Formats: sequence, C-alpha cells, structure tokens
Amino acid sequence: MSRDKYPAEPAGAFPDPPTTVEDREDRSITVRRYDEERDRAALEAMYDAFDPADRAQGIPPTGADRIADWLDSITGEGTVNVVATHRDTVVGHATLVPDEPEATAELAIFVLQDYQGAGIGTLLIETLLGAGRAAGVERVWLSVERWNEPAISLYEKVGFVPSDTESFEHEMAIRL
Amino acid sequence: MKLLLGIGGSDDSIHALERAVDRVAETGDDLTVAILRNPATEAEPAAIEERVQAVLDDAGVSAVVRHLEGDPGSQLVDLAERESFDRIVLGGGETSPMGKIKLGGIAEFVLLNSHVSVTLVR
Repeated sequence: MSRDKYPAEPAGAFPDPPTTVEDREDRSITVRRYDEERDRAALEAMYDAFDPADRAQGIPPTGADRIADWLDSITGEGTVNVVATHRDTVVGHATLVPDEPEATAELAIFVLQDYQGAGIGTLLIETLLGAGRAAGVERVWLSVERWNEPAISLYEKVGFVPSDTESFEHEMAIRL
Repeated sequence: MKLLLGIGGSDDSIHALERAVDRVAETGDDLTVAILRNPATEAEPAAIEERVQAVLDDAGVSAVVRHLEGDPGSQLVDLAERESFDRIVLGGGETSPMGKIKLGGIAEFVLLNSHVSVTLVR
C-alpha cells in the first residue's frame, strides 16, 4: 500500500508483553511474545480447532499441512508474533508480516471462538503493535471484510483509520 | 466448450493462462484469449501476447488471440455475451504477504456482472 495512505501522526503507547488480565469471563489470559519451541504445537492446535465459518480471505487455511505451511511463513524471518494463552492452550494469535517498502507490515489477528467478545482481541492487537514498534515497524495495514463491524470497531479503537474502502475488502492503516 | 480467457498481465492472470491452456490441451475446448488493459499492472499488450503465444506453443494448443481496448471488465463481459461463450476464465486474485486472497478489480466486475459462468483459477 502506498505511503500516503497512513495517518500522519503515530499512534499512542502500547503495553509491553507479557501482560496478564482477567477477561470478561474471569479467565486469566496472558498475552506474550510467541516462542516457536514452546508455542508451535499449541498454535497449530488452535488453528485446527478454528471454526472455518470465521475464515476471512482464505485464512486461516484448513488441514494440518496447509496450516503448517502458512504458520512457517507468518512466523518466519522478520515477522512479529504474539499469542494469548489460557492455562496451557493458545486461544488467540496476532501477527505482523513484512511487506514493501521497508518497515511496513500487514497485520492479522485470530481469537478462538469461545474466547471472542471477552476483550482478548484488543489486548492482543495492542501488545502486537507495541512489539512491532520495538522491532522497528513503522507502518501497519490490514484488510477486513466490510461487513465485519466488530472487527472494524476494534481496529478503530486502537487507532487504525480507513485507507482503501473501494474494493471488496476494507483496508485500514496505522502509523507506529 | 467455448472458453474466453481474460489476461491483463498480472501474475494471477499468467497462472490462469497456463492452467487453462493445460486443460484445453486435454479437453480440446475452443479457447479465445482476450488481452486486456489491467490498470493495476504496467504490462504491455505486445509483451502479454508474446507470453500467451509462448505458453500456447509449449502446450501445442491453438487459440484465437484478441485485444480488448477500454474498460477491461465490461469489455470482457460484453464480448462473452455477444459471441455466446460458455465460460469466462480469469486469474483468481493475488495473495497478500499474510496469505490473504485479494480479488482483482477485473474479476470483481466480471463476477458481479456476467451472465456467462465464470471460473477463477487459484
């Protein structure tokens, strides 16, 4: 996406991981940086359990092999990843994947169905943006289905602004 | 079957060309390739035609190659309907760094407007 689509002013302060909160269902949720060795199997399990009705634009993919390939690419070199955990399970994941030009990244976030609507998404995305800023990311964009009002409100709340609303998907951007 | 493949030079349209030509080599379908001006790419029609011819020659498939001027989506739908094609074939979109599928502008118009069946190649 072109540089002039981003807000002129950078967004506010974001929390540093790890952060532990009680969600709206009184579950203790910890958001922390993704650790390949510790979290990979639990992350695959989360996507294996993910309701395909909540897929958007083809992700997350379905089937163990496609999930594994996709996770390899979005947790690889230059990416920034945080996970939300409840006890020993991963219940949410947010990721920044590098894009052109330098210091730009595309964002995506997924929360397991039973944990949606409990405030976990906001914490995940804010923590991810903090980790992204610390890693040198300056511009973040995302696309969201235009009918997905809850997601659009969440992105607006953390400081994203609409950047392209002409196509099927609604694009939004933030400056860190 | 009478197929009309639209190609504007984007990576997904080249992929669609290759897949469609492979398929035609098996089925013997009647293929017409329409070279379009896709505003999202800088590909020159002459360069696209060279590419199309190379793919056809490699597969030993013959096809009519035509050039469409003006708005690509509407011109393609118009041609398909006017000349009674059975199917329009197009690239199925690019993927973002995240792996999200992003439908191209031409495909979006064609899907919403065509009375002829549409195949998007993934």
